[in-house]
Amino acid sequence: MDDLIAARLQMGISLGFHIIFACIGMTMPVLMAFSEWRWLRTGKQAYLDNTKAWSKGVAIFFAVGAVSGTVLAFELGLLWPQFMRHAGPIIGMPFSWEGTAFFIEAIALGIFLYGWNRLNRWVHWAAGIVVGISGILSGIFVVAANAWMNSPSGFTWANGKAINIDPVKAMFNDAWLSQSIHMVLAAFVSTAFAVAGVHAFLIIKKGANKFHRHAVKTALIFGSVAAILQPLSGDFSAKDVAKRQPAKLAALEGLYKTSKPADLIIGGIPNDKEQKVNYAIRIPGGLSYLAKGDASAEVTGLDKFAKEDRPPVIITHIAFQLMVIIGFLLALAAVLYIIFSLKWRQVLLKKWWLCFIAFTTPLGFIGVEAGWTVTETGRQPWIIYGIMRTKDAVSTMPGLHYSFYAITTVYILLSFIIVWLMRRQISTIKKYYPSANNK
Amino acid sequence: MLSLIIIILGTTFLLYTLLGGADFGAGIVETFAGKKEEGTITTAMAPVWEANHVWLILAVVILFTGFPQVYALLSLVLHIPLMLVLLGIIFRGSAFIFRQYDVVQDNSHKYYTLLFRISSFITPVFLGMVLGAMVLGRITLDHSKSFLEVFIFPWFNIFCIAMGIFSASLFAYISGIFLVGEAENDVERKMYARFSKRAMLTTMLMGLLVFGAAYLNGHNLVKEFLQSVYSIVTVFLATLLCPAIWHFLNKEKNKTLYLRVGVGMQVTLILIGWFFIQFPVLIKIHDGENLTFFNTQAPDATLKQLLIALIAGLILIVPGFIYLFRIFKIRGS
Repeated sequence: MDDLIAARLQMGISLGFHIIFACIGMTMPVLMAFSEWRWLRTGKQAYLDNTKAWSKGVAIFFAVGAVSGTVLAFELGLLWPQFMRHAGPIIGMPFSWEGTAFFIEAIALGIFLYGWNRLNRWVHWAAGIVVGISGILSGIFVVAANAWMNSPSGFTWANGKAINIDPVKAMFNDAWLSQSIHMVLAAFVSTAFAVAGVHAFLIIKKGANKFHRHAVKTALIFGSVAAILQPLSGDFSAKDVAKRQPAKLAALEGLYKTSKPADLIIGGIPNDKEQKVNYAIRIPGGLSYLAKGDASAEVTGLDKFAKEDRPPVIITHIAFQLMVIIGFLLALAAVLYIIFSLKWRQVLLKKWWLCFIAFTTPLGFIGVEAGWTVTETGRQPWIIYGIMRTKDAVSTMPGLHYSFYAITTVYILLSFIIVWLMRRQISTIKKYYPSANNK
Repeated sequence: MLSLIIIILGTTFLLYTLLGGADFGAGIVETFAGKKEEGTITTAMAPVWEANHVWLILAVVILFTGFPQVYALLSLVLHIPLMLVLLGIIFRGSAFIFRQYDVVQDNSHKYYTLLFRISSFITPVFLGMVLGAMVLGRITLDHSKSFLEVFIFPWFNIFCIAMGIFSASLFAYISGIFLVGEAENDVERKMYARFSKRAMLTTMLMGLLVFGAAYLNGHNLVKEFLQSVYSIVTVFLATLLCPAIWHFLNKEKNKTLYLRVGVGMQVTLILIGWFFIQFPVLIKIHDGENLTFFNTQAPDATLKQLLIALIAGLILIVPGFIYLFRIFKIRGS
């Protein structure tokens, strides 16, 4: 295997693995703190049971997230030493803030998980809030560093070196806000729907009880709000990408030729040879409107870029379609949930609705993976957009594919163990939690 | 500004050695103490181990932000041992948490424990080898040489292996002393005290071995050591603390606080001693100018922002960290 491909795949697998745990680590503390707050206010056993049951799962996810995050901190250098050599001083600042936020998260989580009987209830609850806030902040800092790769700023590039470095400007680059909002919302959508889905599935299989019903409710409250906001944030991101990274926009839309107006190409299979997307639905002027806010505006296609500067179209386009479809489906679920809770509460326990929610379990995470595929593949061939190519950043050590095999094997193994562990945890719900025996 | 960052980096490294060391060491202690100690060790480490390991992340971030060339070169030439450290970290963390949170007790427990113990031993060995490679001076800048010369020999040699074993036994010693204070009854306490004594002797022996191995590998550590007055003083003081700690380990009622402060001071002194031999070199290069704090430092604007983040961070982290330890690590509160 080619070393560059091996390094890219290893980075992709490592990020793709870590992001799931990172999403859960950001979202679950908020859900747990909310549930504990409900318990403190209402005294309902189900809320307490939910908090405790979730915290056992979160302990596992958080630990695996922490170790896979440590791995990434090293992999940045192990795989891309040339990149880090130049980028380290520029984007080190968000990473050092991220380190701080993550540190606080780890401390507060230790207090939250193990402090049940040692602390005042409200102090315990406050620890949960601190976990949630610091988790979200650490997510935002890391995304800001990634955003800089898409929208490099805060330095001058001269003779293959960065001079006049301004880390503050680098951190608050043009992409940090749109990317951060999109990622935080995505974390909430994916985790909340996964939680709701699992509990809905258990209601279908084992019958309704207070434990599962409260869990679905808590999860869908957060999931719905985030899922409805997400398409708006997506629109904000798309306009931003259109401005900053026209090549990425063209690749994810499958726009080979610069057009005025440009059609919105939905679905289909891009064909690089023929330079067109087959079997797609086209909405005339749609892309012009979405990207520029004007249905007759010109949108830059891939033909404006030299061959060696074009991102791969097929992967980017398909991943983008997948992300958007999932986004809209979950937004629809959210709207339905809100309507049903306000008007037709009885629907919420109907089997078809529970099946639908159970079906959404993996969707959010698939969407997150697809979204990262879009942003990372869509930035290629650059590692720092317009400044440094990925192939110039890769480690010169021969045999990188062995690292790739090792990491991949370990992560696949861990994924199986975690799924298996979660099933074992679920199997003991009735034993440990009184509200699970209470209709 | 640079000196402050160096001090914080050093402190982070020290705290990782102490806390992360106690954590890896716990796996080594468990290997020797056996199954009956699993409960105590799990209870002792569970609330704090994740926070202990964040010191490593912080050290890495300071390194790649403040001294990017050092980070880049290390990651390149020490790819293999660092990768092995990472695999160790993944297995250690996952196996420990799986063992603790797997609600069903069956055979799988055996595998988690096995994985936990092996990785607790291997990780410090490779960490020590990485450190050894940084100081030995076999790292080459001429990458047209053979694969072995560029990517293997700098870290695969007697000196680095000795450093690796020294780290593992030091970690076991730190952990043994830490666990004396965590013991749930008298028998257990005596057992940890006995273990700590053996680990102390082993660590001293391994320390001598490191000097010997350095001599064999043509790295004149003894001479460098004798030229640095501070190093002689600190290592002397660290050795002086040994009988004192031994004395407290023999006491019927072990003085937890004295023991912990004692071992903390020893490790601090040893690292300060090492720092004075090394300073300002971060990576010794075989065929070129050594990488030092001074010739690799990031531009001032970066160092300033890094320092702000670190100081603000530490103001938040340190009280939180103390609070965490107060809740879980001070008996009777």
